[in-house]
Amino acid sequence: MASADDRNEDVWHDEDAGPVVRPYAMTRGRTQPARGEFDLISLVVATRSVPSVAAGLQPEHVTIMRLCQRPLSVAEVAAHLNLPLGIVRVLLGDLLDKGYILAREPQPASHMPPERIFKAVINGLRSL
Amino acid sequence: MGSGPSDVSSGTALPMAIKVLIAGGFGVGKTTLVGAVSEIRPMRTEEIITEASVGVDDTSGVEAKTTTTVAMDFGRITINDEVVLYLFGTPGQDRFWFVWDELSMGAVGAVVLADTRRLAASFPSIDYFERRGTPFIVAVNCFDDAPRYSADDVKLALNLDPDVPLMLCDARLPTSGREVLITLMEHAMKKAEPALS
Repeated sequence: MASADDRNEDVWHDEDAGPVVRPYAMTRGRTQPARGEFDLISLVVATRSVPSVAAGLQPEHVTIMRLCQRPLSVAEVAAHLNLPLGIVRVLLGDLLDKGYILAREPQPASHMPPERIFKAVINGLRSL
Repeated sequence: MGSGPSDVSSGTALPMAIKVLIAGGFGVGKTTLVGAVSEIRPMRTEEIITEASVGVDDTSGVEAKTTTTVAMDFGRITINDEVVLYLFGTPGQDRFWFVWDELSMGAVGAVVLADTRRLAASFPSIDYFERRGTPFIVAVNCFDDAPRYSADDVKLALNLDPDVPLMLCDARLPTSGREVLITLMEHAMKKAEPALS
């Protein structure tokens, strides 16, 4: 029992405690993206291959570039990175600002999609 | 890349994403339904919410802040090159209504999953979408050990508007889940028609 305590004396948290670093340290305190809205279902895609960390990017930026070689939603990027949405929005804003990604925001909330989109979804679901 | 890389509008080459909500009481099978129809394993994303509140008896004027993490489960169905459908399960606890507001913003519609053993658990979801004007349908998840009622009986018990579709489903089955989504999309399209014409 005593030996177990010795071994764990510096480990005062477990995985359930979440990240020890306050999350917004990763964005240097920024809570709003420099550019872009980034709805949960905004789709983002990289405009270039994965840059090296040396290009003035954080490791998380590079991971996003790797993930977004094909289109992904903001929610998926956040889930893959295991980071809260607010932080992912800031990181995506940095990449949008540099021109490393493109983003497509969904239809504005005040507009329903056109009928042909509904029909495409219905037909698509039927053929699955 | 010929297009201006910093131009957000050049992202129109990307598919359009649309969002559907899967709501209902705790343990009614929301994540099961999402998992049955999603092409990816259901994923989880988290939002940190900081609520600033001023204590009533706090004379110092210092704001108290509480930080909450709200998890949202979701799945994806790629329809074609043009459209991707995302399904979001709504957080179960009623105290996360503000997340519902964000989630239902821009949603084309919602499925309220119901369990005949605990019909009352679906009332808050139904009330919410009725108030908000979000097109929704009710899907009764037919648990093996739950008593069976006719769709009309359940509709009466839920006091639903006559035009709200209600159907029976098995949330574990992809074919059943897709039928639910097709019914929702047909209903939402009908609701959108006046605005379209």
